[in-house]
Amino acid sequence: MVTSPAKTDLPSKKDRAGRFVLEDVSVSYGNEKALEAVSFYIEPHKVTAMIGPSGCGKSTLLRCLNRMNDAIDNVKVGGKIMLNDKDIYQKAVDPVSLRMYVGQVFQRPNPFPLSIYDNVAFGPRTQGIRKKAELDQIVEDSLKKAAIFDEVKKSLKKHAFELSGGQQQRLCIARALATKPGVLLMDEPCSALDPISTGMIEETVQQLKESMTVVMVTHNMQQAARVSDTTVFLLRESMEEPAGLVEVAETSTLFTAPRDKRTENYITGRFG
Amino acid sequence: MNNPANTKKNRIIRFQTGLAESGQTTFNGLRNTRGLDSAATIFISVLGWTAIFVLIGIAAFLIQSSLRAFDEVGIWSMIAGSGWFPTSSNARYGFLPAQVGSIWVTTVALSACVPIGVLSAVYLSEFASKRFREAAKTVIEFMVTIPSVVFGLIGLAVLVPLIRQHLPVDSGLVALTAGLVVGIVCLPTIISISEDALRSVPSELRQGSFALGNTRWQTAYKVILPAASSGVFAAVMLGMGRAIGETMVVLMLAGNAGIIPASPLEAARTMTGTIAQETGEVVRGSVHFSVLFTLGLVLFVITFAINLFADMILERSRKKWRR
Amino acid sequence: MSGSKRKEVITFSDYDSRGARRVEAIVRTFTMIVTIAMMTLVLFLLAYLFVRGVGSINWQFLSDIPRDRMTGGGIWPAIAGTLWLIALVSAFALPIGIATGIYLAEIAKPSRPVRVLRVAIANMAGVPSVVYGLFGFAAFSLALGFGKSLLAMGLTLACVTLPVVITATEEALKQIPNEQRQAAMALGCTRARTLGKVILPTALPGILTGAILGLSRAAGETAPILFTGVAFFAPVATDVMQPSMALPYHLYIMATQPTTPAPHIVWGTALVLTGMLSITNAAIATWRSAKRRKLQW
Repeated sequence: MVTSPAKTDLPSKKDRAGRFVLEDVSVSYGNEKALEAVSFYIEPHKVTAMIGPSGCGKSTLLRCLNRMNDAIDNVKVGGKIMLNDKDIYQKAVDPVSLRMYVGQVFQRPNPFPLSIYDNVAFGPRTQGIRKKAELDQIVEDSLKKAAIFDEVKKSLKKHAFELSGGQQQRLCIARALATKPGVLLMDEPCSALDPISTGMIEETVQQLKESMTVVMVTHNMQQAARVSDTTVFLLRESMEEPAGLVEVAETSTLFTAPRDKRTENYITGRFG
Repeated sequence: MNNPANTKKNRIIRFQTGLAESGQTTFNGLRNTRGLDSAATIFISVLGWTAIFVLIGIAAFLIQSSLRAFDEVGIWSMIAGSGWFPTSSNARYGFLPAQVGSIWVTTVALSACVPIGVLSAVYLSEFASKRFREAAKTVIEFMVTIPSVVFGLIGLAVLVPLIRQHLPVDSGLVALTAGLVVGIVCLPTIISISEDALRSVPSELRQGSFALGNTRWQTAYKVILPAASSGVFAAVMLGMGRAIGETMVVLMLAGNAGIIPASPLEAARTMTGTIAQETGEVVRGSVHFSVLFTLGLVLFVITFAINLFADMILERSRKKWRR
Repeated sequence: MSGSKRKEVITFSDYDSRGARRVEAIVRTFTMIVTIAMMTLVLFLLAYLFVRGVGSINWQFLSDIPRDRMTGGGIWPAIAGTLWLIALVSAFALPIGIATGIYLAEIAKPSRPVRVLRVAIANMAGVPSVVYGLFGFAAFSLALGFGKSLLAMGLTLACVTLPVVITATEEALKQIPNEQRQAAMALGCTRARTLGKVILPTALPGILTGAILGLSRAAGETAPILFTGVAFFAPVATDVMQPSMALPYHLYIMATQPTTPAPHIVWGTALVLTGMLSITNAAIATWRSAKRRKLQW
């Protein structure tokens, strides 16, 4: 089903957008297999949405892409995940530099208990950037990209907890952008937000793909249809077997002419 | 709505008719359980408030028994008095030797157990595997069950000879010895409360920091420790309260000299030690007896203030994460 | 784990994390050494106690009264005194402590007086034990006229134990998810019935653990009984108005005897006391974790 991707050029200094190739990926927690035999590729400058009923392993798979699962004891990842032609689960890989390149936005806004400015400057400071002017510039750019600059430009010293939920989530996006990632992972970024904030974030995502690759997990099919270029449908058919990949296609195709019966059932709301 | 039974006392609203027409209304025709319920509730509530009488009782009895000393010696000449000669014909009841002794013991104890306790807490909450953490918690729980008099005994047998050999002191019974052992006694308090504080920082913040390419240690000192700082501080305060209040260890190890100790290398008496040693032997109702209760009152006020302060900080830091 | 210095490192960004990871490794190792050293110290203390004390333990030591001016014989009156005290503390502190825990967790609504009660209980735990001793002496021995007796000691220790039992009960009850309460309520249970049939049985392991922890603290305390009735030597008490020996005091007084030292009695007493408390706590911890595995939310 999945053909090997066309030989694309590796990201140059200017174009940092990353490209993933997943080959026969499986994930298990302890002895229990959660996900099996997943193969597809994620193209640069595209928004890829992962959809599926809850428990289908879409968030788990997302967390494999920047090795956030390392933080959980006894998670085992099998198969190969290639990022820009490098296997990210190889022993020699520096997971820290991987996460600098692959940013993540979480389901619930999780700003640090610091000021707005310090939240955004957090990643750059880790990278060793100390110059005030440079930091100011990065903070401003990131906040602008996350479409929150106008709301907070007068109060950058304000504590992040004073922002509304939608603003906090956009702040978290800005925080992730400040490390200049080539890939942004978004794990149901709008599930805790109101429709207006959701709309703003979806717009932001559309602009972000000009400079990076976006992978988004969502349980909301309309959202996948609105924002993504490619859609990946995952499904766990019974509790006895692990979840797996059902279909990958261009979003417009997947939602209008699904090849697989199970996809059709899901998008027409017959289960899940 | 003209029901005469509609007083506040038995206002029972009915959702079904036809059941239990006479007497009080029940919804299932079974025995009415309301009386039993409220009786049990009242009984438990009354018992629930007895605890506060113990605390009030402590304060009341301490104050009542101190009145004679207030009257005949005066609060100021006790708290600021530098001589403790309760049995001489020209008796003096100055608390300073005991207060300074307590300060030395507490200082030594905290400088020993705060670094160890906080570093262990950081390791257990940020680095350790689940199994290691469980094992460590078991050991710490074990430590809590060892009575302080046993720590005192081991201090006598192991630490006192060591101190005598390696430091310029006449006997090993000095404030330093007592302080080190008190530090061990306080360790579980500091470790478990600061570990709780560190772990109560939502894991989303950790994840957020990891995702930005921070190592666990960068996450710990840039995000977790600042976020949990008030809880860790409260842990230190509570440890301090324990150190000031520890009795048996200092009674056995501090040397109980009556002078104001100039350094931890001198024998000292603490407030707790003084009370423990002398209360059993004095004439009931004498001035000396009353003075010892005043010393108890001072101790009570100090530890109460420390605990109240720590409690307020803990409560505030708990609220912080209730978003 | 990840590559040594010479090995090639695969990176995905310009950021070089080697420095940060080296610092992390150093901190990790350092804090681990501190933690392990702390744990080793505790285990060493226990081993030391065992080695010094085990030689004294025999049937005569456990069952005989002290002889030869306290330098021989056994410590049975002290063991019996401590068992008496545990029984008395259980009788006073457990009902009140558990009821208070239930009140705070299940009945009390947040209000200013309840907040004061909570603060009071949190602070009771921090009152030095010797201050409890003074209070018990003034209140139970003198004001209530119990004199130097097991009853006065038991009441004093009950006050020391109370906050431990209350906090443990409240914590155990808070662990139970609210859905359980709502489910029982929705089945038409009254609050008392919900409590008795659903909440308390589930919370029992936690409550018992707290109770045992509190009791073992009481059993190991010396300062609160110093003035309220503990005796250097007394026969096994036959009623609660008599003074009595107790293990922690016996240990203290024997360890600090200026003349006629009897080290085998001191270390034997220390081992009996610590062993008693440790075995009880280990047993309750095992039981609780077995129960907990069954009751996982």
